[in-house]
Amino acid sequence: MNATGTRPGLVVTIASGKGGTGKTTVATNLAVVASARGVSVELADCDVEEPNGHIFVKPQIEEVTRVMLPRPALDQDLCVGCGECAAMCQFNAIACVNGNVVIFPELCHGCGGCALVCPTNAITDEDREVGVIEAGRSRGFRFIHGRVRIGEASASPALVNRVKARLDSTDLAIIDAPPGTACPMVAAVRESDFACLVTEPTPFGLHDLTLAVETVREIGVPMGVVINRADIGDQRVRDYCRGEHIPVLVEIPDDVRIAHAYSRGEIASDALPELRPLFETLLAHIEKALGR
Amino acid sequence: MKELVVISGKGGTGKTSLVASFAALAEKKVLADCDVDAADLHLVLKPSIKQRGEFTGGKEARILVEQCTACGRCAAACRFDAVRFDGPPSSTVAKTYRVDPIACEGCGVCVRVCPAEAIEFEPAVNGEWYISDTRHGPMVHARLGPAAENSGKLVTLVRNQAQQIAERDGLELVLVDGAPGIGCPVIASITGADLVLLVTEPTLSGLHDLERVHALVKHFGVPTLVSVNKYDINVELCETIEATARRLGARVLGRVRYDRSFTKAQMEGLSVIEYNRSASEEDVRSLWRQVMDALTNGSTQKE
Repeated sequence: MNATGTRPGLVVTIASGKGGTGKTTVATNLAVVASARGVSVELADCDVEEPNGHIFVKPQIEEVTRVMLPRPALDQDLCVGCGECAAMCQFNAIACVNGNVVIFPELCHGCGGCALVCPTNAITDEDREVGVIEAGRSRGFRFIHGRVRIGEASASPALVNRVKARLDSTDLAIIDAPPGTACPMVAAVRESDFACLVTEPTPFGLHDLTLAVETVREIGVPMGVVINRADIGDQRVRDYCRGEHIPVLVEIPDDVRIAHAYSRGEIASDALPELRPLFETLLAHIEKALGR
Repeated sequence: MKELVVISGKGGTGKTSLVASFAALAEKKVLADCDVDAADLHLVLKPSIKQRGEFTGGKEARILVEQCTACGRCAAACRFDAVRFDGPPSSTVAKTYRVDPIACEGCGVCVRVCPAEAIEFEPAVNGEWYISDTRHGPMVHARLGPAAENSGKLVTLVRNQAQQIAERDGLELVLVDGAPGIGCPVIASITGADLVLLVTEPTLSGLHDLERVHALVKHFGVPTLVSVNKYDINVELCETIEATARRLGARVLGRVRYDRSFTKAQMEGLSVIEYNRSASEEDVRSLWRQVMDALTNGSTQKE
């Protein structure tokens, strides 16, 4: 659900265990191809630590929102140094040494536990800016991304959720997820209709794919696989997908021209129009997998 | 003993392939794979596990159905929307509250507010860590459970174990493969390290991510080296990246060319150093000599 209480038509998250397999390539090309077909599209870059989608989409940013999260603030005059707050905190974000309380806001998850247990009400919530969300338009579709502030250790999942909460009611929302299988990736994939896992046919690609598959299964979202740089490596990724009954949606060839276009921040199907049918096929497969 | 951490900001720049090569070149070292949620170094180094431990990263809340009175205070207090009113019936109420383990961050607020003492709060096992032998020396690595929290704590554990091995065995170097991004596992990888090597690629994404991850490393006061991998994909952009890195105060080291031998070596479970003589091998050897020089001569100072 989004902020206005309406659900976008279809939410597809592009994810991968391993970084650099081509998530952003798939997400941006899918958005461009779907938009060109008249589908109302929104592309949300949720790789809030290292967002790259804007480099390719080049959106006209129309809206910048500072993202504030509650973090504890201490009133020294009220603090009696009992240490209850530090004992409550599960994230080592508060220390109490010889009756002196020190808060490390960048480690804080904002649970409010310290304020809850403080017997003298010396701790209150204070808004801390942990990042920004920017939204705009490009090529007929809406683009939105989040960027976590440098040094914030624990804000990424919350920022991912904030970006997702801003998804509007469109036919198709495409989420570019953070790499890996930890909390930020989980936050991106949760409540999606479909997860598209991008991998490479190499040992690293296969290994990280298996981790991503386990995680997506745990979350309970249907999935398919895109094999990028399909002609390097070997058959093990395809064998694995067959064994796990996970559809291989499309394969993107290994082409140095794609790498060159990527390096310049060009969308692959703009630089190489012959790739367009491939992404149209991907879109059709996703729709078909969801029975639409 | 020195600790070198190799990170990249952007994923897929070849960081792990370079660490595997450095593992083949470095002497008297212990390896630490701190990319705990997508660890790949073991695929090349093929460790034989000598010791393993469970990782209990944090606690997990669980509502006991029979004790739950369905008062809803837990759900009202939870800031992570992790408590749902969809639990099974008990003998007294038709529906109980339930904690969604994926959304739960393990803060314990629900436990505290529950008037019926109906919420268990026990350490959750959400990973495993290993001390292993490899053909290039000891290695500490780990595996984070799917959809698990606390990757930063597991990184710290892996680093601490590696440091202890280095001290015990009189090793001179802890070689760390770090995580992508700039979030908690990366921060846990670099705090207090002696030197960071940022591996990037000549793409606009690589440039963008380098600037952000460099700012992070600087924030923690660790001296930084930069090397551009696959530089010949876009030589002009490679030069821009190197100029940017210098302007930011990093020391720029040698480049490594784009070479399919990296993938071919990976397919064989080898580093590019151990693979049949390839064009990039000399690039990697030269890069390692420069890294060693920076480590031993401390030409970059801790801020």
